[in-house]
Amino acid sequence: MTDASLVVTNLRVEFSGFVAVSGVSFDAHPGEVRFLIGPNGAGKTTCIDAITGLVRATGSARLGEKELLGQQVHRIVRLGVGRTFQTASVFEELTVLQNLDIAAGRHRTPASLLRARRGTDASIEQALEETGLTGELATPAGILSHGQKQWLEIAMLLVQDAKVLLLDEPVAGMSHDERAATGDLVQRIAAKRIVLVVEHDMDFMRRFATRVTVLHQGKVLSQGTVAEVQADPQVQEVYLGTADAIAVGTPNRTEV
Amino acid sequence: MTKPKPWLSLSGIGVFAVLLLAVAPLVLTDHWLNNLGKYCCWAIAAVGIGLAWGRGGMLVMGQGVFFALGAYSMAMHLTLETAGDRVPGFMVLYDPLAPLPAFWEPFRSTAFTLLAIVLLPVVLAGVLGYALFKRGVKGAYFAILSQALAVALATLISSTIRETGGDTGLSDFKYFFGFVLNDPANKVMVYLIAAALLVMCLLAVWQLYRSRFGELLVATRDAEERVRFLGYDPANVKLVAFVFSALMASIGGAMFVPIVGIITPAEIGAAASILMIAGVAFGGRASLFGPALGAMAVGWGQSSLGSTWPESWTYILGLLFIVVILFLPNGLSSLPARFARTRRSAAQQPAPAIATAELEGVRS
Repeated sequence: MTDASLVVTNLRVEFSGFVAVSGVSFDAHPGEVRFLIGPNGAGKTTCIDAITGLVRATGSARLGEKELLGQQVHRIVRLGVGRTFQTASVFEELTVLQNLDIAAGRHRTPASLLRARRGTDASIEQALEETGLTGELATPAGILSHGQKQWLEIAMLLVQDAKVLLLDEPVAGMSHDERAATGDLVQRIAAKRIVLVVEHDMDFMRRFATRVTVLHQGKVLSQGTVAEVQADPQVQEVYLGTADAIAVGTPNRTEV
Repeated sequence: MTKPKPWLSLSGIGVFAVLLLAVAPLVLTDHWLNNLGKYCCWAIAAVGIGLAWGRGGMLVMGQGVFFALGAYSMAMHLTLETAGDRVPGFMVLYDPLAPLPAFWEPFRSTAFTLLAIVLLPVVLAGVLGYALFKRGVKGAYFAILSQALAVALATLISSTIRETGGDTGLSDFKYFFGFVLNDPANKVMVYLIAAALLVMCLLAVWQLYRSRFGELLVATRDAEERVRFLGYDPANVKLVAFVFSALMASIGGAMFVPIVGIITPAEIGAAASILMIAGVAFGGRASLFGPALGAMAVGWGQSSLGSTWPESWTYILGLLFIVVILFLPNGLSSLPARFARTRRSAAQQPAPAIATAELEGVRS
């Protein structure tokens, strides 16, 4: 679908004096499943927020030739960057089909918006099949299971034709089987797209990651393949230390 | 979203149209037909409120502003038509030699008046909506702002008695685009125009609600940020709904003038704007028929109960609202669906018991 890569250089995000992310650089290419991991408050979600224009940031985040930082949220989306949220946010009152139809709609002309929908777009059928939601076409999104909502969000990214998919904790709260299904789905999608996954779940990361970036206190701690990262003594230290950190609690920042 | 079939709603509009356009003129007295025409005008504005508030989530508390644009455009034209070549009577009252204010002059033209009724609300709502929605003004702030505008406009009209008639308003219209307003046949015609416009507004929102735009509007109402992350600018979506609703309020206001025969700041100020909202809440803001029927019911209550018990009518109205909002937050139009749901769940009650029994049977 695209050969362009997502290249983030020297990203820095500050919330009224508190530096959430500083000097973070990483890249992600089509064909790999890129993971961003780290303990609570490491700045993983903030990185995604910065790339998608939700928070102000300095540095650079380029998709191919195009600079993303400083653009408005919906313009970044139109450049081909899509994201999901930690808590699945689908339009609960609308059906699965309506959700996907809206996601597919940004290429439509205003005149076609004023007409009723007839039939289903080919891209929507494809995304339904890909995510296994074909049978739920007419179901209101609000009564889908938690896992299905996350898949619907991914399906929405597929029909919106995103070149970059930023997935924020896609398997949080999922059952074992749902995790495996999501992992397979993510790997299939990543063949032609740039996929960046923010995750807490280490098992999930070990099974599906191609390359990993470990963040700690807003900085890159380590970068490489799963084996390389796991062998890094710094990473081991941080992850052994997290138990304490969690016990003490770091309430100075809640993740969006 | 549980959505009735679009063709069902369309035939509903058909039945409504037959009742309003064919049955009502035959069975109602002139007095009640005229009243029904007045309710139709409020209903037209209410349909717009249903679109902006019910489907778009914008609490438009100042629709009186747009109602006034249509009403005063029409009233100025009818006043000039009645006055002929002379300066309107109320102006001469204060200064016999006063010239006609410059902004009145173009309203002599029929075409300009009709164009003003359509374009003034579209332009004002467009500019206002653009400024507010692009800056992300919403919720209570938007409601207060729109309400303040209605208060400001009513105050402005009250204080410019020489130019606008002030609190006494504009009245005593003799002609309506060449037709004598006192003629009963012409009164029926004016009523039919208002009723037909109401049916057309219902058809317009019917199409909007079943269109992709309607779905996008509901999505924007429920999760504005999420819509942004799908590549839309939610401000534009809301702007379109807001402009449509302003246009409908203006059309309602324009027809109000020949039917009621007077327009004063009291009809467009804060209280009037809230009464418009009240009818919509009463009927069911997100439904197709709810806003129109709610507005007509409140209008009817005002003229029948209000004249029988002038003091207690406002209490009755207030009590009704408390009851409706407490027990039916989606208005009276949600009553059938709620009734069907309780019946269905009552019918389904025995099902799990059987399932457990079967399960136990399998186990043993």
